[in-house]
Amino acid sequence: LLRSSQPLTGPNRRRCREDEKLLGTILDEGERGFIIDTRSAQAAKQARMGGGGTEPKSSYPQWRRLHRALERGRPLQESFARLVEACSEPSPSMERWLGRLESSRWLGHVKAALSTACLAAQCLDREGSKVLVHGGEGTDTTLLVTALAQLILEPSCRTLQGFQELLEREWIEAGHPFHLRCARSASSHARGKQEAPLFLLFLDCVWQLSRQFPLSLEFGERLLLTLFDNAYASAYGTFLCNSEKERSLCKVKESTHSLWAWLNQPEERHKYLNPLYSPNPLVIWPSVEPQSIQLWQGLFLRWIRPSQHLDEAWEEIQRLVGGI
Amino acid sequence: VENVRLLDRLSSRRAVVGTLYLTATHVIFVENGSETRKETWVLHSQISSIEKQATTATGCPLLIRCKNFQVIQLVIPQERDCHDVYISLIRLARPVKYEELYCFSFNPKLDKEEREQGWKLVDLHEEYIRMGVPNSYWQISDVNRDYGVCDSYPTEVYVPKSATAHIIVGSSKFRSRRRFPALSYYCKGNNASICRSSQPLSGFSARCLEDEQMLQAIRKANPGSDFIYVVDTRPKLNAMANRAAGKGYENEDNYSNIKFQFIGIENIHVMRNSLQKMLEVCELKSPSMSDFLWGLENSGWLKHIKAIMDAGIFIAKAVAEEGVSVLVHCSDGWDRTAQVCSVASLLLDPYYRTMKGFMVLIEKDWVSFGHKFNHRYGNLDGDPKEISPVIDQFIECVWQLMEQLPCAFEFNERFLIHIQHHIYSCQFGNFLCNSQKERRELKIKERTYSLWAHLWKNRADYLNPLYRADHSQTQGTLHPQIAPCNFLYKFWSGMYNRFEKGLHPRQSVTDYLMAVKEETQQLEEELEVLQERLANLQKSQSGNNKIKSKQQDRSKQFGLYTSNNSLANTPQEYSNDLKSFPSRSPSQGDEDSALILTQDNLKSSDPDLSANSDQESGVEDLSCRSPSGGGCLPSEDSGKDSDEAVFLAG
Repeated sequence: LLRSSQPLTGPNRRRCREDEKLLGTILDEGERGFIIDTRSAQAAKQARMGGGGTEPKSSYPQWRRLHRALERGRPLQESFARLVEACSEPSPSMERWLGRLESSRWLGHVKAALSTACLAAQCLDREGSKVLVHGGEGTDTTLLVTALAQLILEPSCRTLQGFQELLEREWIEAGHPFHLRCARSASSHARGKQEAPLFLLFLDCVWQLSRQFPLSLEFGERLLLTLFDNAYASAYGTFLCNSEKERSLCKVKESTHSLWAWLNQPEERHKYLNPLYSPNPLVIWPSVEPQSIQLWQGLFLRWIRPSQHLDEAWEEIQRLVGGI
Repeated sequence: VENVRLLDRLSSRRAVVGTLYLTATHVIFVENGSETRKETWVLHSQISSIEKQATTATGCPLLIRCKNFQVIQLVIPQERDCHDVYISLIRLARPVKYEELYCFSFNPKLDKEEREQGWKLVDLHEEYIRMGVPNSYWQISDVNRDYGVCDSYPTEVYVPKSATAHIIVGSSKFRSRRRFPALSYYCKGNNASICRSSQPLSGFSARCLEDEQMLQAIRKANPGSDFIYVVDTRPKLNAMANRAAGKGYENEDNYSNIKFQFIGIENIHVMRNSLQKMLEVCELKSPSMSDFLWGLENSGWLKHIKAIMDAGIFIAKAVAEEGVSVLVHCSDGWDRTAQVCSVASLLLDPYYRTMKGFMVLIEKDWVSFGHKFNHRYGNLDGDPKEISPVIDQFIECVWQLMEQLPCAFEFNERFLIHIQHHIYSCQFGNFLCNSQKERRELKIKERTYSLWAHLWKNRADYLNPLYRADHSQTQGTLHPQIAPCNFLYKFWSGMYNRFEKGLHPRQSVTDYLMAVKEETQQLEEELEVLQERLANLQKSQSGNNKIKSKQQDRSKQFGLYTSNNSLANTPQEYSNDLKSFPSRSPSQGDEDSALILTQDNLKSSDPDLSANSDQESGVEDLSCRSPSGGGCLPSEDSGKDSDEAVFLAG
């Protein structure tokens, strides 16, 4: 599984021998690979006008390109804001609730993200093919897809340790601009142009996986909520800045503490574990039918829905499992 | 009929070829070829509708929709055969006589004594005693002993002490279908009660002294309150319209000390249409999130569920918090009234949240009080306008409650689904006919078997591992969130997409926890035994005798719970571009999503036999029963990828 940003084909259909060679060496003789472009075919074509574009078939003959449009940027932020608004309104009628849920389109984005990640995973696992994922910049929907695909495919990513490493590798080091994306969250009116909840979308998808495979992730919802909180506001330096370069310039490692270090302390760690966890060596294929995708109540209704009964149930589960 | 194809809703590529059989009681599809010979059995009673679609190049499509929401799409090669099957099924699915129903031929190989015992498992007389009646405020009346007063009521009804036979008879003449006010639930703690009836025949101005006295009697039976609520579960407009037909609702001016309240639950026709619309959404091929949510909203289904729940909550509050008695009615007092009374009882009394108590509740508020099972669920061919998912809605209310309060119920989702299944299956005699009178005339108890006994026998499958009788959630009155809580109502895919296993979570937390609980218990028992043995050994031996402690191989000894993940996972069709993918669709999951019942299994008649969620999930079902009597069915996956480990129980 590879990731990159878009090729700078431009309106004049520029070529780059080195890039072609690089992609060529990845594949064996006669082998075919897949490029998953997280933009629609039309959007990708239009990107040429801005100097970007796609890999033309003629220059990259062994690669087959698939387009899966995933929302990002402003529209995704709007979707998030609308959902949060719908959740916080004490709407008296059921229709209005479902209507608002539907018009926020958030669940549709979750479905699309999971589908695309599954597609990538399928290429790798079922077809045995190599896959290159990119969107425009390679810092948003690209990372969403590659990180989710690994969770689906790779059991070690589903351990607490492995998941932290996945985040470190596929989101932080890969350069997701946390500082720009996670500045204000949903209810702020000062909407920065760069604000977008890609990381939250990722966490939501992870939650969907945990709901469909409740025994297969070593961590629980609590970890996901903690990560969400820390991406926006944190006592730790893990999610600071927009890239490794910036973190280095700001001397983050020298002047802040790591979230992982704190989480992994024995007295903290156990709170984030899933008591139902049972290592599952297989690939976990989620269903992306609408019935299978649910609103992440633990996050979106976190401060609205009383959690007493569910907390009690969770305690009961821990008591039952801890009893052995 | 041979060479019939069974299609899959989600994957057009995924079709199996087999032979279709029609018997007196079932439709059976047997898959060709493979060693497993998967079978799909459908009871005729379950068939809701059959649709013959336009013939295509591949054959003649036949769509069978079932009352338990299973949808079977067949393609029959010859038009003539298809037509024959269609005509036959139309006749078979619409029995004219009760004797045609499966319960009269079903034979679980029990003797007469066992059959009788089965029917005695739920005893309403005992239940009323448990509630605390008869007592100084309530008495048993036998005024209806020959069904002479009301033929849809039971022979024994509980009425206030001050309600004489004269008052009862007089009141019954003033009530639709003669369904006079009678006791549904009595709250020992504060003497408040829930009574039920049908609408009064008040028209615009009619009065009835005895009916007014009846309501007074109910009020007097609760010395702690000086008024009663009268709850009309219909929308106000409907109730008012009834007045033109000589019926209507209670006028607060005529009945002293009542507080009248409309609750506004829609009628059976609206509910029938609502379900229809929701099922159409479930049948959509590859719906988007928008299609689904829009369709769900459009059906209004969850709105109706919430309305029923809110009514139950109102009544429970009136009884538990205000200590005020409530009289509930709708039009005829056998649909919405039953729903609302049973929801309220469930909220009020933890007994009804136990397995046994739930059976008693259904027996009391649905069976004994004359809910028209035959008309509503189509045991026999009848008026399609009488069909309505009334009890289905009640069952869903219970499920919604279970989701909000996971520790509060002794039983699990599977229990509810199986009950729903058997209401339509007519495999047992509990839900036949429209009244106790009809059932006695047909001698149901002598000629059929009781579902309750069957469920009770298999109760281990129906337990909720999170239930503890001493838990705070299980004690006393339940307080589910009322508002704002529209978002707490979820679409019940376990019921409405029941046979599309791939849509549900692939690993069952319930089954996992049950296995853990069992194992813990076994270990604790073994620990006790060992401790005893150790104590004995220490007593009898001394000095340098070696005490051999047996190394218990836990996994072998206790069938240590391990995950069988191999059967869990098959990918959906995520892409139409990748035609080479041999993916299965989630509707099939790893094994046939359809109901599987073989002759062997008919004995236990578990509708979900091989369709344990366990086989689909990463969870090993230690008592895995497959239709062919062998081990669990292998999935396509584990065949293809031999390196995927298969864990088996020790």
